[in-house]
Amino acid sequence: MDSPSDIGVSRRGLLTSGAGFAAVTALPASASNKEPVAPMETPPALPVQLKVNGKPAELTVDTRTTLLDALREHLHLTGTKKGCDHGQCGACTVMVNGRRINSCLSLAVMHEGDSVTTIEGLGTPEDLHPMQAAFVKHDGYQCGYCTPGQICSAVAVLDEIKAGIPSHVAADVAASPAFSEMEIRERMSGNICRCGAYSNIVEAIREAAGRRQA
Amino acid sequence: MKFDIPATTNPIDRLKVVGKATDRIDGPLKTTGRAPYAYERHDVAPGAAYGYVLGSAIAKGRITGMDLSAAKAAPGVLAIVTAENAGKLTKGNFNTANLLGGPEIEHYHQAIALVVAETFEQARAASSLIRVDYARGKGRFDLEAEMASATLPKEGFGGAAESKVGNFDGAFASAPVQLDARYTTPDHSHAMMEPHASTAKWEGDQLLLWTSNQMINWGKGDVARTLGLPKEKVRLMSPYVGGGFGGKLFVRTDAILAALGAKAAGRPVKVSLQRPLIANNTTHRPATIQRIRIGTTSDGKITAIGHESWSGDLPGGGPETAVSQTRLLYAGENRLTAMRLAVLDLPEGNAMRAPGEAPGMMALEIAMDEMAEKLGMDPVAFRALNDTQVDPEAANRPFSQRQLIQCMRIGADKFGWARRAKAPGAVREGRWLIGMGMAAAFRNNLNGRSGARVRLDGKGVVTVETDMTDIGTGTYTIIAQTAAEMMGVPLETVVVRLGDSSFPASAGSGGQWGANSSTAGVYAACAMLRDKVTAALGFNSADVVFEDGKVRAGNRSVALADAAKGGELVAEDYMDYGDLAKKYQQSTFGAHFVEVAVDAATAEVRVRRMLAVCAAGRILNPKSARSQVIGAMTMGVGSALMEELAVDKRFGFFVNHDLAGYEVPVHADIPHQEVIFLDETDPTTSPMKAKGVGELGLCGVGAAVANAIHNACGVRVRDYPVTLDKLLPGMPAFA
Repeated sequence: MDSPSDIGVSRRGLLTSGAGFAAVTALPASASNKEPVAPMETPPALPVQLKVNGKPAELTVDTRTTLLDALREHLHLTGTKKGCDHGQCGACTVMVNGRRINSCLSLAVMHEGDSVTTIEGLGTPEDLHPMQAAFVKHDGYQCGYCTPGQICSAVAVLDEIKAGIPSHVAADVAASPAFSEMEIRERMSGNICRCGAYSNIVEAIREAAGRRQA
Repeated sequence: MKFDIPATTNPIDRLKVVGKATDRIDGPLKTTGRAPYAYERHDVAPGAAYGYVLGSAIAKGRITGMDLSAAKAAPGVLAIVTAENAGKLTKGNFNTANLLGGPEIEHYHQAIALVVAETFEQARAASSLIRVDYARGKGRFDLEAEMASATLPKEGFGGAAESKVGNFDGAFASAPVQLDARYTTPDHSHAMMEPHASTAKWEGDQLLLWTSNQMINWGKGDVARTLGLPKEKVRLMSPYVGGGFGGKLFVRTDAILAALGAKAAGRPVKVSLQRPLIANNTTHRPATIQRIRIGTTSDGKITAIGHESWSGDLPGGGPETAVSQTRLLYAGENRLTAMRLAVLDLPEGNAMRAPGEAPGMMALEIAMDEMAEKLGMDPVAFRALNDTQVDPEAANRPFSQRQLIQCMRIGADKFGWARRAKAPGAVREGRWLIGMGMAAAFRNNLNGRSGARVRLDGKGVVTVETDMTDIGTGTYTIIAQTAAEMMGVPLETVVVRLGDSSFPASAGSGGQWGANSSTAGVYAACAMLRDKVTAALGFNSADVVFEDGKVRAGNRSVALADAAKGGELVAEDYMDYGDLAKKYQQSTFGAHFVEVAVDAATAEVRVRRMLAVCAAGRILNPKSARSQVIGAMTMGVGSALMEELAVDKRFGFFVNHDLAGYEVPVHADIPHQEVIFLDETDPTTSPMKAKGVGELGLCGVGAAVANAIHNACGVRVRDYPVTLDKLLPGMPAFA
C-alpha cells in the first residue's frame, strides 16, 4: 500500500492528503484547528483507607491515581514495579484481599478498606519469605525488575491451585487442579521476564511449593 | 596493570570463591523489592516532580507550530520543555538522532516535549493539551524498496563492510553442491522490563542523574556533551538496571529531559519513558535482508562461502553487522562478505544483544542446515568437517581456544541427537509432529579497559568501587568473588559498589565484554592493594599468601585487617591490554539443540526441550552464567517464533509498540532448559582467563528452532519469525 488512496477513509488516511507535504494537527482529536482548548479543571482528590502489608494507610489521592502509583509514589513502596502501566507485563502484581491483581489497572480509590500485600510485606532481606528464598537459591531473576511481580504472582498461584481455581490448561475444570509445571507456566504467563529466567522461576516455585522434581 | 603476555598461575586459579556456583549477593535486595531503580529515588531526590514525554506524531518532517498555552495553564504544571526553550543541545556522540526533536522531526515518537507537573496524573493530562502542527515530509520506510539505493557503509564496530579472500565467484560457480538463498530478519525491540528512566537533581551547576544505563562513562560524556556541561559537572548513578540488552548502552531522552525539566522547574524531576513510546522513541535491532551462498565439494568440504546483508538506518547511522561471524566460523578457501546500508527514516537502529551475530547466525545456521540436507549429511558432521582452528582469512592467526566440535559432540550426546529422524516430518506423537534442530553458537570475545578502586578497612572489610553496571548479568557477585579470591577473604567480607561515575571508569555492560573486563580491572586493583598490604605489614617476601583473612609468608601470619590499622588502604588500577587479541582470535563457541512439536493441523509450534553447550573460557559464577545463557535462549525462541516490530510503511513507524503487540516469550512458551559449560580457561584474555557468555547464548538459537521446525514438518521458512501463516501452506496433508 504505497498510495494513500489505498488506505480508504480513516483519520490517518485523510491527514496524508496524498501530497509529499501536508499539514497535520495532532491532538486533541476532537478540536478543529484553531479552536481554543478548554481549560482543564482540577479533578477531585478523595481520601482512601487501605491496609498495606498489615498496616493501616490513609491517603488522599487524585481519583486518577492507580493503586500502583499510590503504592510507589504516595507510600514509597517501590518494590512493586511499573513495567508498562497497561496490564501487559505483570511487574505491578500485588495481592488484594489475598488475590493477585495488576495494580496498574486498578484505581486507588476503588480499594477502600482493602487489604493489600506487596513484595515488601512478604519478607525482608534479613528474613526472606520462602518464595523469595527459593528465587535466590534457583537464580529465578536477573535484572530484578519483574521479580517482585513474579514472586507475588507465584505466592498467589499456589493459593489458587489450593483453592481449586481452574486454569486454561486444566483438562477438567470441575476437578481440583493438581500442581504441575504446566499449571505453573500457564498461571505465571501474565508475568513477563525479558531476561528469560522462566526455567529457573518454575524450579523456585516448585521448591517453595514443597515439590521435588518430577 | 599491563596484560600483554598470556596469564600464568595467579591467585584466581585457587578457585576457592571464583568458579563456584554462588547465589547473587544482590538477591535479597532484588527479591524483596528493596533494590532502588532510577525512578524510585525517594531517598535521595525527595519531592521530585513528574515529567511526561510527548512523542512526535509524524515520522519525518517538521513542527510548524506548538501551542502550549492550555497545557501550561493545566493544574499542577510546573514547566514544559521543548526544543524551542531548551537552549542549545548538541547531539551525543553515541546518538544518531537528536533526543529532543523540533522543529525538524527525524523519527516517529521522537520526543518533542516534556511536561513537568506536581503529579504524574497532572503531567499526563497536561501533555494531552499540547497542540502540535506538523508539515509531514516524505520518508523512506521500506528496506526492500531501498535495497537498490543501499551503499557501502564505512568501517565501524563490526569491522570492514566488505571482505574477500580467494576467488569466491569462481569457486562458487564451479562447486558441485551449491546453496544460494535469501533470508530476512525483522526489526526487534529490546523490550526490557524497566522502561528507560531517570531522576535528575541540580545542586548548583552540578547535575546528579540517577539513570538506568549500561555504560556510565559513555553516558556521562554524552550527557555533558548534549547539555553543554563540563564532564566534571555531571554525575551518573545506576546501581540497578532493570534490563538493557543494548537498549540502555546510550543516553536516551529520559535522561536529557529529566535534566532539562529539573532545571526549568527548579527542583528534582523524574521521567520514565511511557511503555508505548519505547519501541519508536529508542533504538532497535534493525531488520536485515541476507543472501548466503555456500559451495562445497560433493563430500561436504566448503570451497566457497559468501554472506551479504542489507539493513537500513537513519542518515549517519550504521549497518547491522550480520555477516561478521561468517568471516570466522567455518573454513573455506574462497570467501566473500559484504554489507550495504540503506537510508531509512524509521527510528534509530542500534545494538541489541549480540548485534550482528544474532540476526547473522539466524540466517547462516539455517543455510548450514540446508546445505547439510543437500549433501545428505548430518548437520553436526557437516559443521565439524568445516571447522577451522585458525582465522580462515589469516592462517597464521590461531583461535586462542576453539572447542566448537566438542560443544556439538557433547551436546549431540546429551540431547539424544542420534534419535533425530533424518527425513523431515517422520516423527509423530498424536497431533504433534516432532523435530530436532541444532545450530552452532559463535560470538567474539571483546576486552575493554576497566578500572576499579579497592579499599581495605581496619575490620578487614574489602570494598570495591567501579562504575561497572549489573544489568541482570550478575556483576555484583562476580566482582565480589574476584575481590574475595584475590584478598583471601570470604565473600561476606566484600562490599561491592557499582554504577557511579565518581568511581573509576569501567568497560561497562555490553558486547558480552563486561564479565571478563570488569573483573580483570578488579584483579588489577586488588594486585596493587596486595602490594600495599604486604608493605604495611612489613613482609618482604615475594611469596606472600592471602588466605582465610590472613596474610602469611613462611611461618609468619598476620590478620589482613591489621594492614589497615593505621588507616584505610586504598588502591586503584585498571587493566591495560596489549595485542594478544590481535595475535589470537578470541571467540566463544557453543552448540544449541532444540526439540519442537508442530501441531499437524494448526502448525502451532511448541518448544519442548532446549540444550546449550558453551565453551567460553573460565566461568566465574556458573549459577549466574547459566542464567545468562538460558535467558539468551529464551530471547532466541522469541526471535524464532514471535518477535517482529511491524513496520507501517506508509507512515513510518513500528505499529506494535507495547508489550501486548510486540510479543516476547512468556512462561508457557519456555520449557526446562539445560546448559553445559565446558571446562576451559583462556589465558590470552586476562588474568581471569574468562570470556563472555551473555550473547553467545543467543547466537544460533533462532536457527536451531527453525531447523527443528523443518525437521518436524518439512517446511523451510527463511523469513523470521516462523509464524503459523508461513508454515500452513507447506504443511503435510492432515490425516
